[in-house]
Amino acid sequence: MPPPPDAAARHVTPLLEAHALTKHFIVRRGALGWSTALVRAVEAVSFTIEAGTTLGLVGESGCGKTTTSKLILGLERPTAGTIRFEGSDVHALGRAGEREYRRFVQAVFQDPYASLDPRMRVATIVAEPLVINSDLDATGRRRRVAELLDVVGLPARAGTLYPHEFSGGQRQRIAIARALALSPKLIVLDEPVSALDVSIRAQVLNLLTELQKRLGVSYLFIAHDLAAVGHMSHTIAVMYLGRIVELGDADAVALRPQHPYTRALFAAAMPVDLDAPREEITLAGEVPSPLAPPAGCAFHPRCPFAMDRCAVEAPALRTEAGRLVACHLY
Amino acid sequence: MSFALGEAETLGLVGESGSGKSMTCLSVVRLVPRPAARIVGGVVRLDGEDLLTKSEREMQRIRGRKVAMILQDPMSSLNPVFSIGMQMREPLTMYHGLRGAAAVSRAAELLGSVRIPSPATRLRAFPHQLSGGMRQRVVGAMAIAGPPRLLIADEPTTSLDLTIQAQYLGLLKDLQAQHRFAMIFVTHNLGIVARTCDRVAVMYAGRIVELGPVRRLFTTPAHPYTRALLASIPRFGARRETLTAIAGQPPDLARLPAGCAFAPRCPDVMDRCRAEAPPETMAAAGHSTRCWLHAPAA
Repeated sequence: MPPPPDAAARHVTPLLEAHALTKHFIVRRGALGWSTALVRAVEAVSFTIEAGTTLGLVGESGCGKTTTSKLILGLERPTAGTIRFEGSDVHALGRAGEREYRRFVQAVFQDPYASLDPRMRVATIVAEPLVINSDLDATGRRRRVAELLDVVGLPARAGTLYPHEFSGGQRQRIAIARALALSPKLIVLDEPVSALDVSIRAQVLNLLTELQKRLGVSYLFIAHDLAAVGHMSHTIAVMYLGRIVELGDADAVALRPQHPYTRALFAAAMPVDLDAPREEITLAGEVPSPLAPPAGCAFHPRCPFAMDRCAVEAPALRTEAGRLVACHLY
Repeated sequence: MSFALGEAETLGLVGESGSGKSMTCLSVVRLVPRPAARIVGGVVRLDGEDLLTKSEREMQRIRGRKVAMILQDPMSSLNPVFSIGMQMREPLTMYHGLRGAAAVSRAAELLGSVRIPSPATRLRAFPHQLSGGMRQRVVGAMAIAGPPRLLIADEPTTSLDLTIQAQYLGLLKDLQAQHRFAMIFVTHNLGIVARTCDRVAVMYAGRIVELGPVRRLFTTPAHPYTRALLASIPRFGARRETLTAIAGQPPDLARLPAGCAFAPRCPDVMDRCRAEAPPETMAAAGHSTRCWLHAPAA
């Protein structure tokens, strides 16, 4: 893992600050949709992403990772809470300001087969963001596309081909080139290598690391593969049923997890090393429905260390062993 | 390609998409898609009986009782319009002659053995009312009804969440200990192989390029592809800035290079590799590989 680029810069304004970010959805139930229920998809989530660093977001399906990333991408408006980008509140910026914000925050998704239009040539795909959001003319755009293809390690002639002429790994490079077109400061990487073959994943992860070093871009890295998250991230946030249960330095969280859920998650991650020391915690049961989260600590019905207090009182995030943990054990 | 499995043994089959893992499994039960694919040669023996010479009728009984499969997506094994109970009773009636209340109680017993809470009630549920983990348990319950002599699990936990995956792998191991079936475990996740398999076969472009006991293969891999694969995986606590990537792309099976299929991506490639496919050689007792680096001097 690369060290944070500039330790002194840590006290300057962070690139992105999410404060008490909350998103509730109202879902219709029953055959006619007359009754409704509230899903607390994301509840009071706070984190910061420093310039040039990676925040890894982990958790199982339904934990709110994707909703969080949509809030950050501006695809959803939070029910409560704020997102500050370089110090200013994103939702107080007005239309022009929000548009500007979206230029700076781009995304790369899991499936490079679904995210690239099969009828467009690669050069057109990569140039698309430039048409609306930049002052470049056709010649300028062509030059920029050639530059971007080079940056992601594709040959210049790739621009004249169609997505289906590329393998999964190369398609993901095209998606990365498109995300870089407007020189973003933050890229949301939602499972960027999960759809790729094992032997190709390292190539793409290496490219992402190299781009971060070269361009100083920050990443919000979402993945199921905990070893990949550990490898890529400076900070890791662990979510369970819409809340952050542990947040801290990537090494601390991955190697010495404190929250029982984080411990179980990393115990389930199955390291390749046969002799890696590992904790044997297999959780009973499944993640409860976000429609009816348990009272108190949402994790208590599955927690091997649950106490009476856990069923009643939701624990707040507190500093423990150099990171934030939401658990009554500490 | 050849491999053999003992009772209660688990063989991991790893490789990338298109390396032939799933085709290998389908060949064992003679379910390769026809007419596109055909088994052109070889023998498959189960408890000494050659499966490739069986009639289609006999084969169907074998698939129902002696060989079971669990696939990646539980919904490809379950019918969405029938209740769990109805789907479980059908094979019980066909292969075990159980009817009525006897079939229902056996179905409930099977659901209980895969640790589905309140099994009798679950029999009335439809697949969409269950979570992915629960559906995969139902498929597991149907698979062990035989009880099978061989269980083929093709990426059974890939669609499950991490903590559910750990539960399911534990369950499969317990069922195996109880019924002593052999298991072919197809996965691309080497971490799962390390946890659940006794031996592992690494496939590349339709061939087993290395086969050996898990510990041996992970600590002293013989084939450059296995070595590269193990090196390319991020590990906890052993951070490197750059991962060792494998150059190039997996080959197109319709246009395989002459010689060794891995040669174009191999860091240790020699002239001979491009001309001639390497034979299977023993790197150690019980540990074979197909690589000229290990071939005995001619």
